[in-house]
Amino acid sequence: MKRRKQIEESVCKVLMAGATYLIILTLLFLIFVILKRGLRSVSWEMITQVPKGGYYFGEEGGILNAIVGSFYIAAGATFLAFLIGLPVALFMNVFLTRHERLLERIRFFMDVLWGVPSIVYGAFGFAVMVYLGIRASLLAGIITVTLLIVPIMIRAMDEVLRMIPQGLLEASYALGSTRTEISFKVFCRQALPGMITAVLLAFGRGIGDTASVLFTAGYTDYIPETLLQPVATLPLAIFFQLSSPIPEVQERAYAAAVVLTVIILVVSLLARLLSARFKEHVLK
Amino acid sequence: MNETILSIRDLTVSHAQSNILNRINLEIPSHRVTVILGPSGCGKTTLLKCLNCLIALYNGLEIQESICLHDLEILHSCHDLTTLRQKMGLLSQRPYPLPMSIFDNIAYGLKIQGLRNRHEIADRVAHYLDMVGLWEEVKDRLKSPATRLSIGQQQRLCLARGLAVEPEIILADEPTSALDPISSTKIEEQFLALKEQYTIIIVTHIMRQARRLADHVVFMYLGEIIEQGTPEEVFDHPKNPTTQRYLTIGH
Repeated sequence: MKRRKQIEESVCKVLMAGATYLIILTLLFLIFVILKRGLRSVSWEMITQVPKGGYYFGEEGGILNAIVGSFYIAAGATFLAFLIGLPVALFMNVFLTRHERLLERIRFFMDVLWGVPSIVYGAFGFAVMVYLGIRASLLAGIITVTLLIVPIMIRAMDEVLRMIPQGLLEASYALGSTRTEISFKVFCRQALPGMITAVLLAFGRGIGDTASVLFTAGYTDYIPETLLQPVATLPLAIFFQLSSPIPEVQERAYAAAVVLTVIILVVSLLARLLSARFKEHVLK
Repeated sequence: MNETILSIRDLTVSHAQSNILNRINLEIPSHRVTVILGPSGCGKTTLLKCLNCLIALYNGLEIQESICLHDLEILHSCHDLTTLRQKMGLLSQRPYPLPMSIFDNIAYGLKIQGLRNRHEIADRVAHYLDMVGLWEEVKDRLKSPATRLSIGQQQRLCLARGLAVEPEIILADEPTSALDPISSTKIEEQFLALKEQYTIIIVTHIMRQARRLADHVVFMYLGEIIEQGTPEEVFDHPKNPTTQRYLTIGH
């Protein structure tokens, strides 16, 4: 009997460890492939210039338009999503604490929205655009990506706020704080590290998403100067260049992928570092 | 007998048909230490939370009561909850310092009350930290996070934070249960010093603590008040058999 349990233990351990290492190796392999194929074409020129004539046939220029465009869209959308998401998350966790059923429904609804494929958001954004008579533009792209990342932002913040101990809420009430004071002076501070993670998570999702900007942001070789001009994005830059039959251009698609991956890595690292920095005040 | 500051009449709290508190009638004397004693789960904490309306945060409770503070009905009426809560400082089982610096923890209550003058805030912060004997320990690191203090210091900080709101009553819910004996003694000393100025209500299950602190003892069991009186009456000549049993086991 004892022998059987020992075997069971080691088999389970091997299976779990195997799955863990396999997924880590796959991710490392992914990064390796992207780097191997793309690193050769990454150059200073590529990240500092917009495409010149003939760029898509392998001639001079870069993808600054897409890098800047992606930043514009992701930053704009993250900002909007934060403005919408923070009040929602606070409302849920300060005002609705007694309405457990309602909360459960809101959370379920947000989870459904989180799961909706981004192409659906793209299609929805496109329909709204047509209805309002706006062309594919930075504005339309920002709005669509905002819709895509708002549920992520809300649920991520919600999870952080939920972890706040009931005792802290009671202590704050006992001091005679109003709900508004509790929301902004106590909860926001307690949840700050988690909020930073939530914001950067949403930013990362926003900058990497392709389908939502496919119809709504358009594509251009220039950096947009107003909200109503079309804008290029990195995911689409990868998509278009990879579709080209010319090997040099395909290689540049991998280079763009390297740039996107590096941005995401930097954002993730930043999330780690920043939230660690603000952790000292947090009550455990 | 002292004047009564809080009087509770027919307080009943029930959850899904079972009573957590059953027709509690209690008069809390002003400027005295009232100790509510009883085994775990007898409704002590619930009673305390009724006093400053924290009970309203919980779901599915049915509450019938009348609690009067200075002859002023506090629940049920549309009384201003924040003002009411400011009249009662709360010290919970384990300290919950606000997620900010030591200084800001005390200043928070002052700012809520509308104090804006920086010098005055600084003076008052020092005053309240001094009142709980924390000033000498923390005066050089007022800006560091409150979470870096030891748990005993945090509890005293929470007490100072409560005092800064200028309450009339201090509610303490097993305030020393998470603390080591030395910190517990310090907190107890604070209570004895504070009863000149405040009315103190302490919930505890530690009989020795009750005996050390109490002017008035209330013994609760299964949601009811079984016996109350001066410490001598309750501890030395308990009339109720349940109290007698609890006291013998506890000794």
